[in-house]
Amino acid sequence: MIRALVLIFGLVTHAAQADTLRLAVTTSFHNSGLSDVLLPAIKADIDLDVQLLVVGTGQALRLGEAGDVDAILVHSKSAEEAFVAAGYGTHRREIMYNDFVILGPDTDPAKIEDQSTAEGSLRAIAAVQAIFISRGDNSGTHKKERALWQNAGLDPATHGDWYKEVGAGMGASLNTASGLNGYILSDRASWLNFGNPGQLAILFAGDPELFNQYAYIPVDAARHPHINADAAARLEAWLTSPAAQTLIDGYMIAGQTLFTFNASPTSP
Amino acid sequence: MNDIWAGLASAFWLIVTLDPDLVEITLRSLRVSLSALLIAALIALPFGTWLAVRRFRFRRATIAVLNALMGLPPVVVGLIVYLLLSRSGPFGVLGLLFTPTAMIIAQVIIITPLIASITHQAMRELWAEYHDLLISLNTSNWQRIRTLIFDGRRALLTAALAGFGRAIGEVGAIMIVGGNIDHATRVLTTAIALETGKGDFALALGLGFVLIALALLVNFAIHVLSRTEREGRW
Repeated sequence: MIRALVLIFGLVTHAAQADTLRLAVTTSFHNSGLSDVLLPAIKADIDLDVQLLVVGTGQALRLGEAGDVDAILVHSKSAEEAFVAAGYGTHRREIMYNDFVILGPDTDPAKIEDQSTAEGSLRAIAAVQAIFISRGDNSGTHKKERALWQNAGLDPATHGDWYKEVGAGMGASLNTASGLNGYILSDRASWLNFGNPGQLAILFAGDPELFNQYAYIPVDAARHPHINADAAARLEAWLTSPAAQTLIDGYMIAGQTLFTFNASPTSP
Repeated sequence: MNDIWAGLASAFWLIVTLDPDLVEITLRSLRVSLSALLIAALIALPFGTWLAVRRFRFRRATIAVLNALMGLPPVVVGLIVYLLLSRSGPFGVLGLLFTPTAMIIAQVIIITPLIASITHQAMRELWAEYHDLLISLNTSNWQRIRTLIFDGRRALLTAALAGFGRAIGEVGAIMIVGGNIDHATRVLTTAIALETGKGDFALALGLGFVLIALALLVNFAIHVLSRTEREGRW
């Protein structure tokens, strides 16, 4: 019996030996499918096994603070800058951006298709009190949505029953929006990869306000000595390389380019 | 209804083509849950029997706590294990977070009270029958526990299978402590949650059917191996 136990523990602990790096990424990045293209290329080019932890930006930052991951790739600039300023990360490196879109029922009861700005669209939705699904999970997308409401001069806390905070990831929130036929703010990649669209359609997009910058932050090894800083540096060098640029700019779903590479070639 | 047929079809193709990812996560599910079951059974079976045999001051309170722990929400267990194993937590130096070992630890905590409680219920009845005999033979506590465990093995099998069922179908705790990392800690239930999140209901449902089939298979296998539910031996 003891031999069997030792054997089992041997099996379960074995997997952690190879050169691996734990990277916390946001659900929106992972749902886009880009990681399925990048990870095999990283493995081939620099022989590094990247283990993705797919969480909201809020949890990704917590994982970095606790030292449970080696680096994070998220999209919430102010939270990232606070993270680096507090000494949890060494620096912030912008990698690429995609954009957010506002989805809604194709009948568009709030007529946001006629609006020219994101703020105007939100005001129109609030004016007719159409159902609006909010991530409500403190993720990058949720923070973006709250910033947009603030710019529109509205406070989500005072919204009525039509404003529903589901407290879930992008996919689960899209499922809810699809089921309730409501409006929702989503990144374009998650939407294009989403398999259960129902009556939803993209009703508003293109406002520069909706651009979504992704940045890479290595966790500070001075604070957490077990961090694989060498692998984190190698990954950063690869993510900002021309090889990554080709893959990121070339990644398309349904004929649409999703991400735009905008990393500067030299380290800040 | 369409989604359910699509789910059945996708389960069928996944199994027929022996999809390598499916085989990998299925084996990992089995390895994690069977390891958790083995460890939990080693703790819970003697403990549950001991509770039936021994009389001590806090026995009632212990049983009440045990029964309450059966309803422990897996998410809470996951969060506590996560905080303990986190690099900033008390056991952070072990570096166990986001490994299958962490998932086994969480599942052991979830299923041990369940197995111990069912064991205790069954053993209490058996102890009522065996009480006079075992007392008159002047047996030690340990001998009594061993006798009860051996003679009550059918009931204990049920307890263990209930524990296995809860472990293999569990998603809340292992999602938090395992992190659902592809090729490292992804198991059937977390893969189902992931595919549902992507809106790929057919694949999620297909994996769900595989999970149900797996649970059936393990139950049958254990019955065959332990020669229960057979003619003349029920």
